[in-house]
Amino acid sequence: MSKRLLRGARVVDPANGRDGAFDVLIEGDRIARVGRDLPIDNETTVVDVPGGFVVCPGLIDMHVHLREPGQEHKETVATGTSAAVAGGFTAVACMPNTSPVNDNAGVTEYILKKAAEANLARVYPIGAVSRGQKGEQLADIAELRQAGCVAITDDGHPVATAMLMRRALEYAGMFNLPVIDHCEEQTLTADGVAHEGFHASALGLRGIPGEAESIMALRDIALAELTRGVVHIAHMSARQTLDAVRWGKSRGARVTCEVTPHHVILTDEMLGAPVAYDTNVKMNPPLREAADRDALLAGLADGSVDVIATDHAPHHYDEKQVEFDRAPFGITGLETAVSLCFDRLVHPGVVSLARLIELLSVNPARILNVKGGTLSEGAPADISILAPDMRVTVDAGRMRSKSKNTPFDGWTLRGGVAATIVGGRVVYTNEGVSLQM
Amino acid sequence: MKKDLLSISDLTTDEIHLVLDTTEAMREIGQRPIKKVPTLRGRTVVNLFYEPSTRTRTSFEIAEKRLSADTLNISVASSSVLKGETLSDTAKNIEAMSPDMIVLRHASSGAGHLLSRICRSRIINAGDGLHEHPTQALLDAFTIREHKKSIAGLKVTIVGDLLHSRVLRSNVLLLTKLGAEVWVSGPQTLVPAGIERMGVRVSTNIDLAVADADVIMMLRIQQERMHGAFIPSLREYFSVFGMTKARVERAKPDVIIMHPGPMNRGVEIASEVADGPYSVILEQVANGVAVRMAVLYLLAGGAEVD
Repeated sequence: MSKRLLRGARVVDPANGRDGAFDVLIEGDRIARVGRDLPIDNETTVVDVPGGFVVCPGLIDMHVHLREPGQEHKETVATGTSAAVAGGFTAVACMPNTSPVNDNAGVTEYILKKAAEANLARVYPIGAVSRGQKGEQLADIAELRQAGCVAITDDGHPVATAMLMRRALEYAGMFNLPVIDHCEEQTLTADGVAHEGFHASALGLRGIPGEAESIMALRDIALAELTRGVVHIAHMSARQTLDAVRWGKSRGARVTCEVTPHHVILTDEMLGAPVAYDTNVKMNPPLREAADRDALLAGLADGSVDVIATDHAPHHYDEKQVEFDRAPFGITGLETAVSLCFDRLVHPGVVSLARLIELLSVNPARILNVKGGTLSEGAPADISILAPDMRVTVDAGRMRSKSKNTPFDGWTLRGGVAATIVGGRVVYTNEGVSLQM
Repeated sequence: MKKDLLSISDLTTDEIHLVLDTTEAMREIGQRPIKKVPTLRGRTVVNLFYEPSTRTRTSFEIAEKRLSADTLNISVASSSVLKGETLSDTAKNIEAMSPDMIVLRHASSGAGHLLSRICRSRIINAGDGLHEHPTQALLDAFTIREHKKSIAGLKVTIVGDLLHSRVLRSNVLLLTKLGAEVWVSGPQTLVPAGIERMGVRVSTNIDLAVADADVIMMLRIQQERMHGAFIPSLREYFSVFGMTKARVERAKPDVIIMHPGPMNRGVEIASEVADGPYSVILEQVANGVAVRMAVLYLLAGGAEVD
């Protein structure tokens, strides 16, 4: 059995209350021991982790669009998981709005097969709530669960009606599956393409008010209470939505929520500058005002927000090189998340490193009910080695994702990924780092 | 001057005055028996119109021809755009023929910005989606200046479908830049979010908005606005917001009434007002050619005008 000792790192493992200098011994695909001055034998590969680097439980991105089957020009499971491990993620949960939709075991198994072939990050498929994501009939949720799905969603769309959301919560609740909702009251969105506010008005872009999101979140929370089901609010963008989540939690509703890095960093001011009508600034939900961004930051700090997930939404260059209203919504996120989180959240003191690990690892694992989020002895050896002070310049052209639709190209950030280990195997090492794995 | 004219914000106050002053010289050319000067001879201007247009298109074409430019008209109905070619590809194909200028009208806000990133040619925005229509605002300003000498300090009230109007946005930018007191009025459902931040007073009470106005500018309201529940009916719109003779009388005695056209008589404006003594609507159209000549000339580098 292969043995690898990670020595001399700062180990941050909030689930076990650890933050300090520890050695981590990996045997095979498991974490064998975490301690100090662990004994070595001549079968153990010793990795001397450079000072300042952090060893933590593998990061899990619970909102990723891998685009396979059906949209392989944008991304595949192979390229997406390659991007994931380069971004420090040991696992991703992938959305069902593929073509065909993942509303049956066949598609789920196909995705898992592709993930196994790529053999990089773990892939946890999320199945559809409704057949074809049409918002009418429930998908075969038990079958999806059996095939390996960890949650259900109609993401891309909201769960269409209150009736369907209720049924989904009741039914999925039997299997302890969370229902993830993309909260959007579509009659308020109408043909909106940007946040309804001064910037969209000045640029002549049809607006989407924050209430389009919060109204649905309130609906979902009320239904979660009614059904005792579990709801997770995807990609929160509006301060009103966060208020709704806090209200729900205070009443004991089983609700959790996530934010993307871009919604806590960028605002709708980007619509006009530096590049006016930049389609790499178009996503759903849209970038909102400073007040929304600041409210979400406060939510990260005070614990109201449970998860950071990227909503990695790759689109081919040609698809984005069109007029703003015609461009598809979405930006990539796997390969920029860690650097953005260090640079804009940890270093400025918005969240501690331990809290960041909760947001990116502990909580996603708990919500999806998958192994991970800890460096406990016996746990799978899914480990991220992060470099909080690494100087990174975002270079879209060199990203592993097939798609380059990111507004962060050229940004210089402090913080990055040194290496990624999945099941004891080193699946990624950053060549720019002196780390002999 | 900047390479392109995509928005009024591309022009400094001095440049706006330069355009208006140059317009006077250009207008004189339109009064000669031979309405032509060689200023843009040998230059190629492409009129790329993705949306139908009567007055803007012909206005640009006449302006270009009076300056002796070679003009090329590309309208969607008769081009490969219908075969699904993207704006990007159409632009690259046109660019390969090295036009000096492209005059673009398109249904999407920001289309000119996209074109500008792709083409070396100078782009003149002839109307992009809901965003702007800079030459309309310039000809409106010229018309106002003709009657009022100076724009600073005037009360200008713009009434209508504010949300969907590119004429509104360009006019607000230009008029506030030149120091006018701008009021905007229309149904609450059609007031753009945050518009006060553009420096205007907003009122859904039209009688208040037009009181003592020096200039009243009416915007067209489209039939389609009843779908999407923006207004209940055109009949009700006329009753609450239509420019009637009675409402005009609340403005200053020497008020001028403007409209970018085309008008919906009996909807945003009563016929008797459109055809009445205060109306300068047809002058706007006439001024349009001269203003566009000025813009083309100045963007091309402003050589000597004979």
